[in-house]
Amino acid sequence: MSTHKLDYLDELEAEAIYILREVAGQFEKPALLFSGGKDSITLVRLAEKAFRPGKFPFPLVHIDTGHNFAETIDYRDRMINRIGEKLIIGHVQDSIDEGKVVEQKGKNASRNALQTVTLLDTIAKHGFDACIGGARRDEEKARAKERIFSVRDEFGQWDPKRQRPELWNIFNGKIHKGENVRVFPISNWTELDVWNYIRREKIELPSIYFAHERDVITRNGQLMAASPFLNMDDEDIIERRNVRFRTVGDMTCTAAVESYAFEIDDIIDEISESKISERGARMDDKVSEAAMEDRKKGGYF
Amino acid sequence: MDILKFITAGSVDDGKSTLIGRLLYDSESILADQLEALHSSNRKNDDGSIDLAILTDGLKAEREQGITIDVAYKYFQTDKRKFIIADTPGHIQYTRNMVTGASNANLAIILIDARKGVIEQTIRHSYLVSLLGIQQVVVCINKMDMVDYSEAIYETIVNDYKALAYKVGLENIKYIPVSALKGDNIVNESDKMHWYEGKSLLHFLETIELKIDDSTAHARFPVQWVVRPQTEELHDYRGYAGRVSSGSFKVNDRVTVLPSGFHSTIEKIELLDTEPTEAFAGMSVTIHLKDEIDISRGDVLVNTDYQPELSQQIEADLCWMDTRVLDTSLTYFVQHNSKVTRCKIQEVLYKVNINTLEKEFNEDFKLNDIGRIIIKTAEPLAFDPYQINKANGGAIIIDSRTNVTVGALMLRGISE
Repeated sequence: MSTHKLDYLDELEAEAIYILREVAGQFEKPALLFSGGKDSITLVRLAEKAFRPGKFPFPLVHIDTGHNFAETIDYRDRMINRIGEKLIIGHVQDSIDEGKVVEQKGKNASRNALQTVTLLDTIAKHGFDACIGGARRDEEKARAKERIFSVRDEFGQWDPKRQRPELWNIFNGKIHKGENVRVFPISNWTELDVWNYIRREKIELPSIYFAHERDVITRNGQLMAASPFLNMDDEDIIERRNVRFRTVGDMTCTAAVESYAFEIDDIIDEISESKISERGARMDDKVSEAAMEDRKKGGYF
Repeated sequence: MDILKFITAGSVDDGKSTLIGRLLYDSESILADQLEALHSSNRKNDDGSIDLAILTDGLKAEREQGITIDVAYKYFQTDKRKFIIADTPGHIQYTRNMVTGASNANLAIILIDARKGVIEQTIRHSYLVSLLGIQQVVVCINKMDMVDYSEAIYETIVNDYKALAYKVGLENIKYIPVSALKGDNIVNESDKMHWYEGKSLLHFLETIELKIDDSTAHARFPVQWVVRPQTEELHDYRGYAGRVSSGSFKVNDRVTVLPSGFHSTIEKIELLDTEPTEAFAGMSVTIHLKDEIDISRGDVLVNTDYQPELSQQIEADLCWMDTRVLDTSLTYFVQHNSKVTRCKIQEVLYKVNINTLEKEFNEDFKLNDIGRIIIKTAEPLAFDPYQINKANGGAIIIDSRTNVTVGALMLRGISE
């Protein structure tokens, strides 16, 4: 008889590996949604722990808005090369060219909202029945209520009132044709947990997570990277600042924070004392208090 | 540092969301932008102070109706421990949500309104906490500010609760008088109740020693996935991937594979590039056996000397979670760890009126009903009684028409 108790990072890791293996065991055609952000990078590490020395039982899928940080794409391609797994890219540009979505206009135009259509098309085209994502319940109030196995109808919609009860560690992945399940293995991790895990596992990250000099403009009180993708006018003043990014999304909706955190230890110190939560640096959540819930109902990650 | 998962049982009227909000707020677990949203919200308490309940009300429908519909998970940590709160609704129509939240909790906070004392819903919540096998209970007698912080009222409620606890079979109970609204004894000790000599709720949560029942139970390892690279250099590699659900496995342990009954010995335990000599409850690993046996997902490796029950006819407690009533003529699926097989609810022995704890014999099994049934399964389940080993005694019922999870089973024993 033993009296062992797992340390919290080991417990979170073991839970995530367990969830990934449930996906492998329960679904015919799963996929791992890979954004190039630290959460999906963590998922790749966890998948290695779950399935090596075997291959992943799923490809990685990147929904590419075309408005990427170059550092992210460079990172993605090197990582795919290293792990030797299949990468499928869904291009938002294709959805625009096919006339399925219309590019937003105006100063705050972003392709972030258009991703949903490309994602759903990519899911349909490849027949994915489960999509693994790196969302966490601590990110936002609507996510705090989402299941680890979250069933979506054929329109990708999440219905918060019709969620399946999720008991013990038993995940019900049974679905009808046309439905699919979004699976969130790191639901129970916090931002700090992810960073501590990345440090412990010595996982490499895209360089934009660390402090660097960059041209930025201030918009709606937030620092946005100056880039050809951002609609700028004479009122926008470009400044060179020391910044880093806390999330890695589309360049037009991911705000930077002023930072001198050059090493992972600095970042963990910074977050431990931080007074702004991670999603606070995402302009897409600022629209309204119910923003995330509405987008999830529409099939967002 | 470890993780404590707890559930809060109480209704909106008891100030449950306020209590959680207070825990987060006073332990400084709210970040600046969330705080800003909190302060700018239109919802205020009667005295104009901010309504902390907003912190846990996630969904639009809930904000409109002012109630908690679903299970919301909240995360915070102190220097001593990490906490996961499952905030579940208290009304009887949300019994299934409370059962869901309780299934993963190490501890339950039961809230009692000091003005009302032990009422029907206290009985219901306590019964569910007992049924789901939560081993540690904290009874928070809330709204003490509204009864002039009266020790006599507190003592009466504690005595009433002790009688209830005995009736539903709860042990290990801690009582704390609090005011979530004013912050008494939540994070900081109250200066208004000098007659109370205990510590605050947070202090208790930080220091309570967790019972690690999963790791003291017998060794069980449900196989989730078979790792077979089938490459040239790893031609014969065959590893069984899974998570130890209870007990512990060591290299050279004798194990039995169920339901087939074949025996073998553990050759190696792997976790990516490491080879631990032992895997205990909660660990996700890959196990190699010395003999070549046909093992697939749904099988379970167990300690040969301490085997679980193996049966196709099992007595169980059932909580029904669907709006369609239980149909004893219908074939459902049962999922027990990684095993899924067809089943029928062969017989309903009785239902429990969870407000009075009396048995009922005549009615349909409806949404939120709880009772004792006999289940017949197409293939045998290798289970332990839930009261002895939660990790290997819980199962779910899935409706084969809708694929929805419609029932929670706490397996009790072989039905003769």
